[in-house]
Amino acid sequence: MAEYDKLIFEISKPGKQGYRLPPLDVEDIDIEKFIPEEFLNKEDLNLPEVSEFDVIRHYTNLSDKNHGLDAGFYPLGSCTMKYNPKINEDMARLSGFANVHPLQSEDCIQGSLQLMYELDKALCEIAGMDKMSLQPAAGAHGELTGLMLIRAYHEKRGDTKRTKIIVPDSAHGTNPATASMAGYKAVEVKSTEKGLVDVESLKKVIGDGDDIAGLMLTNPNTLGLFEKDIAEIARLVHDAGGLLYYDGANANAILGHARPGDMGFDVVHFNIHKTFSTPHGGGGPGSGPVGVKKILEEFLPTPTVEKDGNRYFLDYDYPNSIGKVKDYYGHFGILVRAYTYILTMGRDGLKKVSETAVLNANYLLSQLKDDYYLPIDSLYKHEFVLGGLKGELLEATTLDVAKRLLDFGFHPPTVYFPLIIREALMIEPTETESKATLDEFADAMKQIAEEARTNVKMLKEAPHDTIVRRPDEVKAARNPVLKYEG
Amino acid sequence: MFPYIGNTPDDEQKMLEAIGLDSIDELFDDIPKEVAFNRDFNLDLSKSELEVRAYLTEMANKNCSLDDLTCFLGAGAYDHYIPSIVNHIISRSEFYTSYTPYQPEISQGTLQYLFEYQTLICNLTGMDVSNASLYDGGTAIAEAALMAAAVTRKKEIIISKTVRPESREILKTYAHIQDLRVIEVDMKDGVTDLEKLDSLVNDDTATVIIQSPNFFGIIEDIEETAKITHKVKKTALITSVDPISLGILKRPGDLGADIVVGEGQSMGIPLSFGGPYLGFIATSKDYMRKLPGRIVGQTEDLDGKRSFVLTLTAREQHIRREKATSNICSNQGLNTLAATVYMVTLGKEGLREVALQSTKKAHYALEKLTESGKYKKVFDKPFFKEFVVTSDTSPDKITSELRNENIIGGYDLGKDYPQYENAVLYAVTEKRTKAEIDKLSSVLEGI
Amino acid sequence: MNVLKNLYYTEDHEWLKVNGNEAYVGITDFAQEQLGDIVYVELPEVDDELDKDDVFSAIESVKAASDIYMPVDGKILEVNEELLDAPELINTDAYENWIVKIELTDEAQLEELLTSEEYEEFIAEEE
Repeated sequence: MAEYDKLIFEISKPGKQGYRLPPLDVEDIDIEKFIPEEFLNKEDLNLPEVSEFDVIRHYTNLSDKNHGLDAGFYPLGSCTMKYNPKINEDMARLSGFANVHPLQSEDCIQGSLQLMYELDKALCEIAGMDKMSLQPAAGAHGELTGLMLIRAYHEKRGDTKRTKIIVPDSAHGTNPATASMAGYKAVEVKSTEKGLVDVESLKKVIGDGDDIAGLMLTNPNTLGLFEKDIAEIARLVHDAGGLLYYDGANANAILGHARPGDMGFDVVHFNIHKTFSTPHGGGGPGSGPVGVKKILEEFLPTPTVEKDGNRYFLDYDYPNSIGKVKDYYGHFGILVRAYTYILTMGRDGLKKVSETAVLNANYLLSQLKDDYYLPIDSLYKHEFVLGGLKGELLEATTLDVAKRLLDFGFHPPTVYFPLIIREALMIEPTETESKATLDEFADAMKQIAEEARTNVKMLKEAPHDTIVRRPDEVKAARNPVLKYEG
Repeated sequence: MFPYIGNTPDDEQKMLEAIGLDSIDELFDDIPKEVAFNRDFNLDLSKSELEVRAYLTEMANKNCSLDDLTCFLGAGAYDHYIPSIVNHIISRSEFYTSYTPYQPEISQGTLQYLFEYQTLICNLTGMDVSNASLYDGGTAIAEAALMAAAVTRKKEIIISKTVRPESREILKTYAHIQDLRVIEVDMKDGVTDLEKLDSLVNDDTATVIIQSPNFFGIIEDIEETAKITHKVKKTALITSVDPISLGILKRPGDLGADIVVGEGQSMGIPLSFGGPYLGFIATSKDYMRKLPGRIVGQTEDLDGKRSFVLTLTAREQHIRREKATSNICSNQGLNTLAATVYMVTLGKEGLREVALQSTKKAHYALEKLTESGKYKKVFDKPFFKEFVVTSDTSPDKITSELRNENIIGGYDLGKDYPQYENAVLYAVTEKRTKAEIDKLSSVLEGI
Repeated sequence: MNVLKNLYYTEDHEWLKVNGNEAYVGITDFAQEQLGDIVYVELPEVDDELDKDDVFSAIESVKAASDIYMPVDGKILEVNEELLDAPELINTDAYENWIVKIELTDEAQLEELLTSEEYEEFIAEEE
């Protein structure tokens, strides 16, 4: 079959139309009677002219160029690519949820408010926190909101010398980026050889502590290891007067087995699109609700949803609020999907989720460690990090392994992250994959390792079967072409 | 037992054996007792799809769906028609069950539609470069302001009071954490007071922010605002626009705007009680390497084939960490696709027609509503699809009376602008019919 | 790894070629190799007066980004505009392709910089 290689602009043809409106039913008065000529665009719009069927065929062909989770395994570490249940999509599209204007009067939005109220309570229970804000749009946005809350807490106490946020060297890049964006200096704390926060190093970083605003931590961390010293870490930070931020990127590992609130965290975010099964959508939209302990409630972004008798209402009465961080109330459509998932899984199912996610990760690791270097031999949680192929002299890199995996129909793991592991391959199978799929993936990884030893060309030239092969990123960045110029 | 989990008990046993453990519980031995969670969640037990559907459908029915009502409410989120084709394309699982296109070989579908989206946004706004989207229109203004402050290394942001109030609130929240000053410039007859603006712009001004059509639906003089802004070297003009209005109005890029942002919800994205929506940002080449968020670029693969990749990634958090332009990782992915499909399906003629019909119907509505003199227009300025009228009746009473007639009325302006007590902002899209507008008018007359 | 004699070096992998009270500044061969394919070089404005350790440039590759710091106090006299169109020149020859030419404010500061021998030792430890 010939490969489809057109841009929508290249199938445009003058005179085609993909959409028609009903005839105008009010008097057709010349637009210049309403709007002065100086404001009006006299040129034709620079948009394509295509038929509706052209559009369908074009984007259907584009969809064929994508690997989606529904089609195959997607073990992208730290991204929790679990199955996106179809009922979630249907619920978000219910007319009563999808076709509601955010500014309708309170009596018209009781269903939406009820959903948000119940989701708030459920997420608090899962996180061990006291109150949520459902506003943040994504994980990074949740982090930013969380640090704003920490800053507001210190500011209210007149404690303005606190300028540093501690971040482990294994942290996701958003942590230090968020700290800077929130006006803090990110200071790094080292990891031990076992991949955990080095408590002695933490003590040094804290010093006498009066400039520490807080610490950001993922637990299990980005290596997939549970930070066993978390209680001690929390004590140290709290004793110094700082607060603890929980990055919920890896919450899938601990549902029903541990809660950030019980570990000593003061503020958390969840990545709804990871832990609570909402679609990743090619990059979004996500959702990143933030939960807080009592001491931070007064600073939450407004509004929150409250209940008075049988009536739900939006509560703007937070005089010490950090303010608004997001239009309206958050990504409501995503919240509907998340609540659908929580109702479906229930308390028993959510626990089964973490148990299976952890089982799958450790099983897959057991199948790969003969051929791949395991820098830290340990019990893992929902994901693990390999350090590339075993065998020092091998020419093949992690990038080659990733590219070769494409030929087997698998999405490669996250590569070259975390930064503290050389040649990192970060693998997160999630609970929705079966043993059979994990075995197929392990077989492919073993075959690739064998090729690396006997026929490295196969890897170096990979991928062989994809529609494009190793697009030139250097060229793209040196001479950026960021739009179609015709 | 759990339809989303694929292992059988037998599989579990074999897997535990391979790991060398006896029980699932042992997988959690690394969680110290003092922090382990030792009870069940206080949540219901798992449910069947049938039960969940029934429960949530009942909840949804407690809302008033616009399918059953006539909507004249806007104020930043609009009831434009969404062609069927949009939902069909974004429902393809190849699109919605994929993630950020880190592996270009198997993500050309996503990468190409993002490239098309960037092109469409540039063409519509008259700018050189667009990113692959931001969270929403409100945070897009804040991100643009932070970018301008970073580039100019100046500390002061001037924003017009005619910009949507919620956007201004978000900007203040963001500005606070970076110790930037936000100064609001007054308005005069419903538009930014340009004389006052002129007196405020100074060497410390990083950026001037306006919205056009502004919160009252009125078209601002972008060209004149740009002249005032550019009196000071490097100071950037940020213009927030309704993309639908660009079906008929001049492009901000042609009028001197340096950064154009806006809310893309109008383009094929359901109202969905406020989100998820779509923030767009486009700018000139000068700011290209400081733009926040994902950007897609065209390149060639090993065989010389045209292909697309994420590019200029050195701006982003995963490389620059604490020195990144912004902490943003995701874009609005699927909503970007919805807007792309909307723009190309409507195309050159369709988008113009939607803008024209919205304008003409809105003007008809204003004329009809103010016919008897009971309701008076508040501003006498050229507007797009929204207008403000005032009367002796309280907006609350108007809202509830209209509600009884299955009409969602306008926005109570007095909430944000105390000087306009009893003023209501109405929005009229191409979806509204003459009959609906006439009914609105007659119900209002009867109050 | 190429380290030229008769240049001054910094621990941030910059080199200085001094001529009277002026100097060319660039990044070392070691630095360009660490960065990989360079895709963009951000340049300061001529006449900018900067202090030691101020950021005066940023160099981006596909996989990394690096701020470049002033090795000493100085005023920017010239910027190498060739790098705007051809940033890869630094990969080709990091010593031939300087980034800026500066006027030294305080020549005494040169004594705080590394000699080529000291820099060689320094990068041997980093590797």
